[in-house]
Amino acid sequence: MSLPPSIVTFENATKRFGSGQAVLTDVTLDARQGDFVSIIGPSGCGKSTLLRLIAGLTPLSEGQLNVGGRPVIQEASDLAFVFQEPTLLPWLTVRRNVEVMLRLRHTPANKRRALSDQILSLVGLDSFAAHYPRQLSGGQKMRVSIARALTLQPSLLLLDEPFGALDEMTRDRLNEELLAIRERQHWTAFFVTHSVAEAVFLSNRIIILAANPGRIAHEVSVNLPYPRTAETRLAADYLQRVADVSRLLRSVETPSARPAA
Amino acid sequence: MNRRLLTVLLPVLVGALMIGAWYIFRLHILAADQRFLLPAPDAILRALADKAPTLWSSALTTATGALLGFGLAVALSFTLALGLSLSPLIRAGFYPYLMMLQLTPIIVLAPILILWVGPGLKSVVIITFLICFFPLVVNTTQGLISTDRNLVELFRMGRASRLQEIFLLRVPSALPYFFTGLRIAATLAPIGAIVGDAYAGNSAGGQGGLGFLTIIYSAQFQLPSLFATAAVACLLGFVFAGTVVALSWFALHHWHDSYQAKD
Repeated sequence: MSLPPSIVTFENATKRFGSGQAVLTDVTLDARQGDFVSIIGPSGCGKSTLLRLIAGLTPLSEGQLNVGGRPVIQEASDLAFVFQEPTLLPWLTVRRNVEVMLRLRHTPANKRRALSDQILSLVGLDSFAAHYPRQLSGGQKMRVSIARALTLQPSLLLLDEPFGALDEMTRDRLNEELLAIRERQHWTAFFVTHSVAEAVFLSNRIIILAANPGRIAHEVSVNLPYPRTAETRLAADYLQRVADVSRLLRSVETPSARPAA
Repeated sequence: MNRRLLTVLLPVLVGALMIGAWYIFRLHILAADQRFLLPAPDAILRALADKAPTLWSSALTTATGALLGFGLAVALSFTLALGLSLSPLIRAGFYPYLMMLQLTPIIVLAPILILWVGPGLKSVVIITFLICFFPLVVNTTQGLISTDRNLVELFRMGRASRLQEIFLLRVPSALPYFFTGLRIAATLAPIGAIVGDAYAGNSAGGQGGLGFLTIIYSAQFQLPSLFATAAVACLLGFVFAGTVVALSWFALHHWHDSYQAKD
């Protein structure tokens, strides 16, 4: 069986801002089409910077980064980003919020409408199309934010701690929904999170970063079968992975694990 | 008691109490030879009725001047605010002169304007414009530069053009600030037009406004008519302010927190 094509490839990549200490050093990573890669690590390990590099929001200092087989340039059109905050436009209805990225691209109204219809029902918000963001709960706002990203029909979805501000029940449910959506659309995901349970539940690969300087400390593959559902959280396999990843993460977080520099 | 009924009844009650106090003050505290200084409310009502045609046409003249000056201020302040929002350096360069506009007393400007454009509607419009302009520019500019940074980043990431960023993002998010300026300007506009009319108006062909009427009535010592003129001026102010409050409601109540429905 041949491997799916590479979609994001880092080779000895280093990022520093100005002439300061490196935020990320010597990152080598090859993500394949269809991967769900979670990035986890202590604060200051460069998790968000990694996403911003892939998005082309900030340039690499050394090494190589290819996205979709090409070096990252400003025109990464089939890539979408979901922020920590829902970042909705409060004066627009849910539907118009979902369509806003398409409007920026001058997509014709009838095509926008068709896409937003399809994606609103995908995230279960059809009956909220005419609502304004302030009428929604935190979880619903985040769904709108994800729907907005999905209208771009991305091949690569970058999510920067999207569920960090939600209560655990809502977060679990949205995790399940995100995987259910992925069954029907086939994007590759990079998902930054602080939650080990969330990372294990969602991903087939987990990258554990260490801080000072930010670098890849461990990579764990999670070969639990998809589709994963609420049942998965009760499985012994799953719980074992959560324990393993937690242990690795803790080893990265304790000061003694840091190299003498 | 029903809260809604109360909000209607209370102002009426307060008004009735004030009118009662007015009569008592006039009849029992003022000496008989001073009573002419404070006309009784019924005398003011009679003056309103007697002078109705004059008051009405003067009010129309003033309203025209106020509306034109106000409209001009809205249009130009919006354009200038868009320019000012582009960079802190542009703002730093222009602000002192904007302040000068606001700080120059109308009473000094009026004779200059009379020499430049002659007395009449043009001068009144310019004076109204000058009074309304500053709060509009300052508030709108503040709104345009206060856009949520996350939303700006979202637009940048969506490769929005500069124009899309301004008109789909910065302008709508500046609306609450714009309406704050608009409310201030709307209450200032009729006052500006009346002051302008008093200093630089023109009564030729019965075209004088409320400001001109004020000068005539005070020269004739017609206190009830002066009070009636004041009442009409207030009414005009209410119409302006009320219209803006309604516009603001239409533009903002769906989404802005200042109109948050009680839950």
